[in-house]
Amino acid sequence: MTQKFTQQNTFYTEDHEWVTVHGDLATCGITRYAADQLGDVVFVEVPEVGKVFKKGDDMAVVESVKAASDVYAPMSGEVIDANGKLGDAPETVNEHPETEGWFCVIRFSDGAETKGLMDKDAYYEFCKGH
Amino acid sequence: MADQASENLRKTPLYDVHVEHGGKLVPFAGYEMPVQFEGVMAEHLWTRQHAGLFDVSHMGPCFLFLKEGLGGPGAHEKISALLEQIVPSDIAALKPGQGRLTVLLNEEGGILDDLIVTRMPDDDLQGMLYIVVNGAVKAEDWALMREKLSDQCMLQTADDRILVALQGPEAAAVIEPHFPEAGELKFMRCAHVQKDGERFMVTRSGYTGEDGFELLLPNNETGLGIVKALLADDRVKPIGLGARDSLRLEAGLCLYGHDMDPSRTLVEADLQWVIQKSRRARADFPGAAKITDQLTNGAAEKRVGIRPLERAPAREGTEIHVDGVKVGVVTSGGFGPSVEGPVAMGYIRADLTEPGTKIDLMVRGKARAGEVAALPFVEPNYKR
Repeated sequence: MTQKFTQQNTFYTEDHEWVTVHGDLATCGITRYAADQLGDVVFVEVPEVGKVFKKGDDMAVVESVKAASDVYAPMSGEVIDANGKLGDAPETVNEHPETEGWFCVIRFSDGAETKGLMDKDAYYEFCKGH
Repeated sequence: MADQASENLRKTPLYDVHVEHGGKLVPFAGYEMPVQFEGVMAEHLWTRQHAGLFDVSHMGPCFLFLKEGLGGPGAHEKISALLEQIVPSDIAALKPGQGRLTVLLNEEGGILDDLIVTRMPDDDLQGMLYIVVNGAVKAEDWALMREKLSDQCMLQTADDRILVALQGPEAAAVIEPHFPEAGELKFMRCAHVQKDGERFMVTRSGYTGEDGFELLLPNNETGLGIVKALLADDRVKPIGLGARDSLRLEAGLCLYGHDMDPSRTLVEADLQWVIQKSRRARADFPGAAKITDQLTNGAAEKRVGIRPLERAPAREGTEIHVDGVKVGVVTSGGFGPSVEGPVAMGYIRADLTEPGTKIDLMVRGKARAGEVAALPFVEPNYKR
């Protein structure tokens, strides 16, 4: 596997999570579209390091002023890092959802799972339909 | 199914105004209502600092009046005696133009709804009460009134009109040029004002903890014109239901169906102040035996304010634990933009109601530290 941080390595789910694959690791978060829909984020519950998720499991929770929303694991794997900055600065998710507002890094167990996800162009088309 | 449901939703007379201002519309109490415009946080803070305009036309304004003897001697006492059969407040004691919060009771003393009852200010309309009930239960409330209040009075519903609330510290300055009479009103007083040959109600009230007014306007060009004139003021922004909820929660005000329901009495809801001394003495309201007993001996649970001590909000339904035992439940909870942290209300065992009492809030199965807090979270700004 090659280590690259390019758009080609970023995938999107229909639930508005993004995941950037680098080696056997993947960084995930929620998309700009999702962050805008949620409005002012006031709390993020990121997963604990060591937790193991199957693709589609409840992985994190984003609380906006009004409601709590589940965030699902975009790929199966084990959490090896979580974004502690969101604890004190949950608004980072509104400001920079697809960069500084990342939620966690997972060591994924099945790279083929990205085949079921959308690339950037497909995701933008998907959002237009909503 | 979803499409069918949305087709059955009613629109308020201000629907087009909401769309024009970019409101995000959602189903609420059978209506398509704006949940937010520019964002809940910004709208909440704007209302606390300036003035926010809320469309509350989905609620249940109505007039209850005597069939005979309107404006005659003893008319107010007669209509009050009828309404007092189903509410525990002293309606007879209201002065002309004065309003009061009260509750509709079932036979067990449970709360069927909360409502504001106002005595009309006009001499010729004594024997008429202006009542606003909650939108979600207005049909049930009105059916109850028609069933219980004998054939001596009539109920005229007014939910086909425009009902708006202008709330915030700048509300009075905004409204005064339009209605000088309104600016002189004190909290919970009303004026019956006239414009373009139309007569309508202005009450100094609201449900945000801020100074403000509610206007019941005709559903025509005059009414719409007044709303548009208010919105054209730089100090006013349209505000959605999201901020309405966070404002009233910070103000410690109960929301029917959440902090009050038919299974809770007004003593449990900490609303015993709605019963005046005279009514306690008479004990002639529905569920009086139970309520009197709770007033004397206390209730098993009480509504309190709750402060989560961590950043995670405790939403409605969150269990409250002490030493691993369930002692209560959150009935309203979220983030308070003015408090800059999570706030909640809920019911808790009577021996744990002291502010500062440490509790665990079971947010998504995990115990998070919290404490019982004094209400309101934000001091009200009413014009007394």
